[in-house]
Amino acid sequence: MKVSDLVDELGLTVYSGAKGLDREITGGYVSDLLSDVMGNSREGQVWITLQVHQNVMAIASLKDLAAVVLVNNFQPHENTIRHSNDENIPVLGTCLPTFEITGKFYQLFKQ
Amino acid sequence: MKLTFSIQGSDFTHAGYPSSEVKKVLKQLDIDGKTIKKIVIALYEAEVNVVAHAWKGTATIEIEENKISMLLEDEGPGIPDIDLAMQAGYSTASKEVRDMGFGAGMGLPNMKKNSDELIIESEVGKGTKVKMVNYF
Ligand SMILES: Nc1ncnc2c1ncn2[C@@H]1O[C@H](COP(=O)(O)OP(=O)(O)OP(=O)(O)O)[C@@H](O)[C@H]1O
Ligand SMILES: [Mg+2]
Repeated sequence: MKVSDLVDELGLTVYSGAKGLDREITGGYVSDLLSDVMGNSREGQVWITLQVHQNVMAIASLKDLAAVVLVNNFQPHENTIRHSNDENIPVLGTCLPTFEITGKFYQLFKQ
Repeated sequence: MKLTFSIQGSDFTHAGYPSSEVKKVLKQLDIDGKTIKKIVIALYEAEVNVVAHAWKGTATIEIEENKISMLLEDEGPGIPDIDLAMQAGYSTASKEVRDMGFGAGMGLPNMKKNSDELIIESEVGKGTKVKMVNYF
């Protein structure tokens, strides 16, 4: 599954990093604690979070994550958008809360 | 090869820059991907600790044939009880820092887990020295 498939299936907003939409997804990681994501996420995962500042992109890029999904209609900071475009790692958005978007992603991914 | 970076306390906008530069160099040197991942995790956490807890510091990275040495020296409050600080979940991070998603008390455990050698020396009121070595 590619990031673009996730965008289409779940109706996600693409805030930035559209050049990375063809990245292949290996799974997902859900956390708002940055050192948890740093230590435990894996390459190619989609990271679901409510953190919107640019350290999110620093981590996504260092860990080679496939994309970041911001929940609850949270908007990315300007620096986050810039970094996402530089790295070609998409920052996506949903109006759904973490529990619901994670459930939908999980269903889709396990098919 | 030697790389030096200065790190400013509380400046989260540049956190991750040294790690990202080091990652690029290691990739160019064709170091094994798993090894790069561990180094990047350890270095990022050490960097962020200077930003989150100290006033200012430097990261000195030395890459040799078979290993990388990472030295982070800061001027800051120091760590009164290093064994306690090493415990997962222990954190003195401010509310502001926690709101950003830091302060889980997982940074030092991540550094321990992802480095081959970790030495911490600290003097209260002066600063902290963290040395990590990873072998290729
Ligand atoms: N360079 C440092 N200077 C002063 N104190 C430090 C330094 N590094 C770590 N500490 C102390 O050790 C504690 C634990 O560090 P650790 O990196 O494990 O967690 P944290 O930084 O609080 O949170 P996290 O890394 O999960 O975002 C810190 O909260 C702080 O009290
Ligand atoms: Mg830390």
